[in-house]
Amino acid sequence: MYGKKRVAIVGAGITLFRRNLKETGKELSYEASKMALDAAGMELSDIKSVVMGTAPDAFDGVHMKGEYLADGAGAHHKPYSRVFVGGGTGVFTPLAGWWHIASGQFDTCLVVCEEKMSSCYPHPQYAFTTIFDPILERPVGMNLIWIFALEMNRYMHKHNLKKEDIALVSVKNKRNALDNPIAQLGAKITVEDVLNSEIMAWPVQRLDVSPTSDGAAALVLVSEDVAKEVTDNPVWIDGTGWCIDSTMWTNRDLYYPDYVECAARMAYKMAGIKNPPKEIDVAEPYDPFDYKELHHMEGLLLCKKGEAPKLTREGVTQRDGDLPTCPSGGLLGCGNPIAAAGLMKVSEIFWQLRGEAGKRQIPGDPRTGVAQAWGDLMQYGAVIVLRR
Amino acid sequence: MSTEKITNPFNARHWLGDMETDYVYTLGVAGERFFKELKKGKIMGAKCPCCGIVYVPPRMYCEECFAKLEEWVDVGKKGTVHTFTVASIDIDGSQLEKPVIYALIKFDETHGGLIHKIEKTDTVGIGMKVEAMFKPPEKRKASINDIAYFKPAK
Amino acid sequence: MSAKIKNYSGEELETKKIREGKVPTEKFRPKAKFAWSAGIAISRFLDELKNGKIIATTCHECGRIMVPPRIYCEKCYRPTEDWTYVEDTGVINTFSVSFLAADATRLKEPIIVAIINLDGASEGMGIIHRIEEVKDWKKIKIGMKVKAVWKPPKERTGAITDIKYFKLVKEV
Repeated sequence: MYGKKRVAIVGAGITLFRRNLKETGKELSYEASKMALDAAGMELSDIKSVVMGTAPDAFDGVHMKGEYLADGAGAHHKPYSRVFVGGGTGVFTPLAGWWHIASGQFDTCLVVCEEKMSSCYPHPQYAFTTIFDPILERPVGMNLIWIFALEMNRYMHKHNLKKEDIALVSVKNKRNALDNPIAQLGAKITVEDVLNSEIMAWPVQRLDVSPTSDGAAALVLVSEDVAKEVTDNPVWIDGTGWCIDSTMWTNRDLYYPDYVECAARMAYKMAGIKNPPKEIDVAEPYDPFDYKELHHMEGLLLCKKGEAPKLTREGVTQRDGDLPTCPSGGLLGCGNPIAAAGLMKVSEIFWQLRGEAGKRQIPGDPRTGVAQAWGDLMQYGAVIVLRR
Repeated sequence: MSTEKITNPFNARHWLGDMETDYVYTLGVAGERFFKELKKGKIMGAKCPCCGIVYVPPRMYCEECFAKLEEWVDVGKKGTVHTFTVASIDIDGSQLEKPVIYALIKFDETHGGLIHKIEKTDTVGIGMKVEAMFKPPEKRKASINDIAYFKPAK
Repeated sequence: MSAKIKNYSGEELETKKIREGKVPTEKFRPKAKFAWSAGIAISRFLDELKNGKIIATTCHECGRIMVPPRIYCEKCYRPTEDWTYVEDTGVINTFSVSFLAADATRLKEPIIVAIINLDGASEGMGIIHRIEEVKDWKKIKIGMKVKAVWKPPKERTGAITDIKYFKLVKEV
C-alpha cells in the first residue's frame, strides 16, 4: 500500500449521456455530485476537498472551465483543483482524488467529471483540429478522425486483422448498453451493419466510432476511517498508474500503446497484481473506437499482443465470459462526454464489485476490477485498480 | 541558441493561424426559466430553503449547502450599484466613441447581482440606486440584453 | 447506473430544434488569432523546405536521426548535435482514406493521408502528408514506396505544403 491511508469509494453519481442536454456544465456537475453524495449518505459539509476533471475548454466554450464549474461541483470555499490529461482525464481525476486522501491531508474528497461538448458548433470535431501541430500538421488539413484511422490501420496491418474482427467489439458494447439507463446509443447491431456503415476515414466507419455527448459523473472518496462509519461495502482504490508518451506521434509505431502498459504496470505493482488475466475479474478499457478496446486490452496486459480479437471472437469478453470487458456498454454504447465517460467506467467497476449493476451485473463474485482511459495525441494512459 | 529580446511575435519566424470556432450555449435548466421571465419583464431570484439565501441570477442549487432550489421570487426592477467601471476601449482594444459605464448591480437582500450598462447619466457612484429599463416586448429574445440598460432610479 | 437508483438527471434537447432556433440559446465566436513561433529547429526545417530539401537532427547518444528536427532529443533529454539531410522518398507506415474534411463536412473525393517514414532518417521517423495521383485507393498498402512532389521553386514559401503531396512510386 502506498500513502498514509487506504482510500475507498463510497458513492457514485451520473447524469444521462446525450448529444444535447439543456443543463449548463455547472448544473450537470451538481446533478452528478448530489447523486454521489446521496448514494454515500453524506452531505456537502462532509466533503473537505474537491477535484474536477474536465477536458478542453474548447468544447464547453468557457475559458478556465475548471473555475467556472467549481460551485456546481460543491467546491465553494474548499480546496479545489482541476486536472486535465485529455481523454485520460476521467480515470486520472480519481487518481488525483486518491492523492488528496492517501497523503493524509484530507479524509474526504469529491471527484467530479463534466463535459458539455454540444456547445461547440457545428460539431466538436472541429475544435479538435487545434490538437495538431499548427505548422507541420494543420496545413495538411487534419481531421481528428484521421489519427484513429491511421492507428487502426497500423494495428490491423501488424496483426493481420480484418474489419470483421474489430466490428465485434462495437456489436458487443452497443448491446451491453441496452441495459444501461444512462446510455445514449444502446442498440442491437450486427457485424454487417458496421461493415456497411458510412466510411468516415478508412478504415474507420460510422459504427466504429462513439458519439460526442454532454454528461457528468462523480465519486465520493473517503479514507478508511470514514469508510467504516458510512458503509459496510467500501470499494478500495488499490492501484494507480499514469504515463505519457511523446507528442512526436509520427515517430512512433502506433500498433501498440506503450504508455498504457507503463501505466498498467505501475497500477498493478501497487495493487500486488502479478497475473492480470487471472487476477482481474472485470475490465473497462477506454473504447472511443471499437479497435481501441482491443488495443487497450493488450496494453493493459490482459492478453498477449494481437490476441485481443481472438478473445472477443471466443466470447471471453462478454458479460458471462472469463474476462467481462466493458459491461457498461462502454463509450461506443453510452456516449463519449470525454472526462465523464472515463469516470463512468470507474463507476461501473464500483457498481459491479458491489453487486449493484442491475441487468448489467456480471455473474460470480467479482472482487478486482480495472478501468483505463486514454488521451491526447495517442499519448496518455491512466489506469485504476479497484478491489472489494 | 538565440537570446535576443523580441517583443513582437511577428519579428520572429512564425506561423499564422487561429483557434476559432462557433459556440451555441444552452441557457441551462435554471437559466432558461430566468430568461423566459426576463422576456416577460421580470427579474427573478431563487431562494434556498435551508440557508435562506436568495440568488440572483437564480440557479438550480445552493452553493453553500447543495440543496435544490425550487422557490423563485420576483426581486423587482430596482437595485444598487455595488461597483462600476467606465470603459473607454472596446473588446478589440480600439477606442470607443463614447465611454460606457458597466456596473455590478445588486438587488436588496439577495446574493449576487447582474452586470449591465448604466445610461442616462454622466455621474455614477457606488451605492447609487438604479432601475432596469427593458426593451419593448417585441424586441426581447430571452437574453440579458432584454434589459436595455439601467438608469438612476427616481 | 446503480440498480438502486431509478431516475437519472438530464433534460435532453433535439439538435434539430437547437439549429432551428426553437430552443433559447446564446451564440458567440471568440476571436482567437495566433502567430506561433516556429522555434529554432522548425525555422531551419521550413527554410530547407523552401530549398527543396528535408533536414533532420541527430542525437549522438541514442543515434537517432530525427525528422521533424528538434533541438533536444526527448528520449535522452540532451541537445541534438548535427543537422543531416534526409531523402524526399520514403515508405508508407500507415495511411487513411478520409471522406471528412477538417471541419467534419463530407467529401465526394477522399483525401488520402499517410505517415511516411523517410529514407535516410532512423527507423520509424515519419512525417504526415497527403498521397495523391491514386486511381484506386483500395489498392494502397502499408509498405509501399512514395516520393515527394514539390511545388516549383518560385511558389515555395517555407511551409510543409512546399511539398504538394507524395505519390506512389508504383502507381495504383
